[in-house]
Amino acid sequence: MSQATLEIRAISGHSGPVPGAGVKREFDVCKVVDTSTCIGCKACEVACLEWNGLSFSQTVFDNSYQTMPNTEWNYWNLIKFNEHEREDGSLMLLMRKDQCMHCEEPGCLKACPADGAIVQYMNGIVDFQQDHCIGCGYCMSGCPFNIPKFSPQAKKVFKCTLCVDRVSEGLEPACIKSCPTGCLHFGTKDDMKDLAQRRAVQLREQSGFANAGVYDPAGVGGTHVIYVLHDLTNPEAYGGLPSNPTIPWTVKLWKSPLKWLGNLAMIAGLAGMAIHYLRFGPKTENILSDVPKKEVKG
Amino acid sequence: MKEESHLLPGGRILRYEFHERAVHWTVGLSYVYLLLTGLAFWSPWLFWIAVVLGGGTVVRDLHPWVGLIFSTGIVLMYRQWASQMHLTDADRTWAKALPLYIRNEDDKMPPADKFNGGQKQLFWGFLWCAIALLVSGVILWFTEYIPWNLRYLRYFAILVHPIAALLTIGLFMIHLYMALFLEGGANRSMLHGDVSMSWAQVFHRLWYDRVMGSSPARK
Repeated sequence: MSQATLEIRAISGHSGPVPGAGVKREFDVCKVVDTSTCIGCKACEVACLEWNGLSFSQTVFDNSYQTMPNTEWNYWNLIKFNEHEREDGSLMLLMRKDQCMHCEEPGCLKACPADGAIVQYMNGIVDFQQDHCIGCGYCMSGCPFNIPKFSPQAKKVFKCTLCVDRVSEGLEPACIKSCPTGCLHFGTKDDMKDLAQRRAVQLREQSGFANAGVYDPAGVGGTHVIYVLHDLTNPEAYGGLPSNPTIPWTVKLWKSPLKWLGNLAMIAGLAGMAIHYLRFGPKTENILSDVPKKEVKG
Repeated sequence: MKEESHLLPGGRILRYEFHERAVHWTVGLSYVYLLLTGLAFWSPWLFWIAVVLGGGTVVRDLHPWVGLIFSTGIVLMYRQWASQMHLTDADRTWAKALPLYIRNEDDKMPPADKFNGGQKQLFWGFLWCAIALLVSGVILWFTEYIPWNLRYLRYFAILVHPIAALLTIGLFMIHLYMALFLEGGANRSMLHGDVSMSWAQVFHRLWYDRVMGSSPARK
């Protein structure tokens, strides 16, 4: 970002327009995962652990190459394998690198009640600040991608940071760095969308994947991790990628109308009590004149 | 109906036994903690409550456990009071006269039993909300153990919990306001157990009559 301040605004004694004037610098970062060139080598899984200082977890064998069923609090990057049978009966081994999608409208952030536990940077990275996390797990219900994971030891929630520490120093995320086939790319959102679209066109026109396309779901305002899929019409086949991810409606309902209605009702209740007290005051039992004065023995 | 109320020396009537009061205050105090900590998570403007009560992490840890205390208290409360809380025709007549009650024209109110219609509705309201809060609360407590294909349970819980809590807040506001500001006699009865005869006669005539033995004991 510091370079933005060195864009030229005006030049003294210069004929003609200022070089670079009107050029807009884009800060939105984006990762492209091209599932058509992923070979499932899991170098990205290892690089993620290495860079983020996480230890190797117990693997879970489930008749596939997949390391474990889902990402975990200390395993943020997982290639999901799926043997997919196509309409013509042939098999395709679909491989998709699963990690935080860094949504433009993050459900985790919307659901979180802890001050400062989840931040979204101008460049689109959504990051958890464990110092402020209280471990309530609401983010896990706000996320449509099943990404935030609770650590029973730390009682905090963790997930992929898009290597915010590397990106802020001008480096690409560790997974990108490690990819041997070049199926991972990192750059500005516009550039990456362009790259991904061109790859999708290539798949459609030259490789016979008529439904190839770019997965950048609008339901969460777009994501800062986008996929090139052979078949955009069936993202579920890629290890359960939701076809239309949105923040759960109950979370939205809770955070917008219910919150305001509830606040109004509580304030109205307080006001109502104050008015009642001023208008009518306390109840009294001294309204009967014929209270019998019985003598009680014992 | 098991009637434990009876006359005390000095012309007062025992309204709540010790165990009834103990259960009430277990529920009441745990509810206040749940209310305050819940409000801290309800709105960022109230998150300072969590800070005051030990920090967000501590509060998130304790809230469910206090919830269990509250739920246990509610069960005991159900056992001790449910039989006295069935709505009767007298309660419905009483409820129709609610505007009079609100205007403190208690001399014109139809007679109420040991618990009037409003108190009974409060009891059942709290009971049903407590059930909803317990069920949704357990789900929220163990979110990480709810499998992804049962995630609708999470979505259900995340909405039901605040709705039920808001309903109890409404009930609690009325309850607390009446106890602290309107009904000095009721307040004392929940602290010390006893009420004056005139209080019982004005506000709970049917119960008063029964205790005094001037009307045939009901089943």
